[in-house]
Amino acid sequence: MQSETKSRVDQLTSPAGHAVTVLRFEGDIASTSKEAVLGAYQALPKSDVKIILLDFTKVDYINSSGIALVIQLLIEAANAGQKVYAFGLSAHFTKVFTMVGITKYAGLFPDQTAALAAL
Amino acid sequence: MSDVKTTNVEVRLPSRMGFEKVAMSTAASVAKLMGFPEDRVEDLKTAVAEACINAIEHGNRLNEKLSVGVVLSAGEDSLEVKVIDDGKGMKKKFAKPDIDRKMHGEEDPRGMGMFLIQALVDEAEWVAGTDGKASYVRLVIRLDKEA
Repeated sequence: MQSETKSRVDQLTSPAGHAVTVLRFEGDIASTSKEAVLGAYQALPKSDVKIILLDFTKVDYINSSGIALVIQLLIEAANAGQKVYAFGLSAHFTKVFTMVGITKYAGLFPDQTAALAAL
Repeated sequence: MSDVKTTNVEVRLPSRMGFEKVAMSTAASVAKLMGFPEDRVEDLKTAVAEACINAIEHGNRLNEKLSVGVVLSAGEDSLEVKVIDDGKGMKKKFAKPDIDRKMHGEEDPRGMGMFLIQALVDEAEWVAGTDGKASYVRLVIRLDKEA
């Protein structure tokens, strides 16, 4: 019933010249998304990846279990000394992420251009 | 007794994760028909989804022989949603999630559903059913709520 979560990885360079790894999600982010969220993150080479952008542009539904997966990702990234940012959240999920405090550990941007420009 | 006319819509969901989206879509349709602004519809969708997830996972313990009842009562200026399961109801109080404690491993990353419900609607109450059954959460959003 829950739509499968897809994820893919892109490597970009910010205008300031920083290497940025973009994790792009598509579908629902819920309890069934562990592999697509945490699995995709854990498959990244820790030694090379310093800045991670989470792309939620193609995500329509995130529930509390999905938010918990994002927090787990943030915990692992913090432990690995990586910076995490996100973009593409709807106004509603921007509010929800702010309410639960995620914005304290992952800066939110409206879109990829704005995110890259700030990095 | 109020003489305000209400319109009821009822949905029964199997106790299977993912079916909360059926209730979410139904609630959104009713709220749109009532004239709720888009941001309040989104608040309601998340609150109803989380209430159904709790009912499926904790109330009915994923037992697919049990169903979750969702009753939407559209009044003149408010929408009430009851999500009913066969659990014993929520016993413990819940606290606002503490992101710092979660990030430091001192608090489970999960456990935000009830906080989101309470934060996103105008009223939320959890009622334990008699004989440990037919417990429900009752949510209300009002049309006059400032965005």
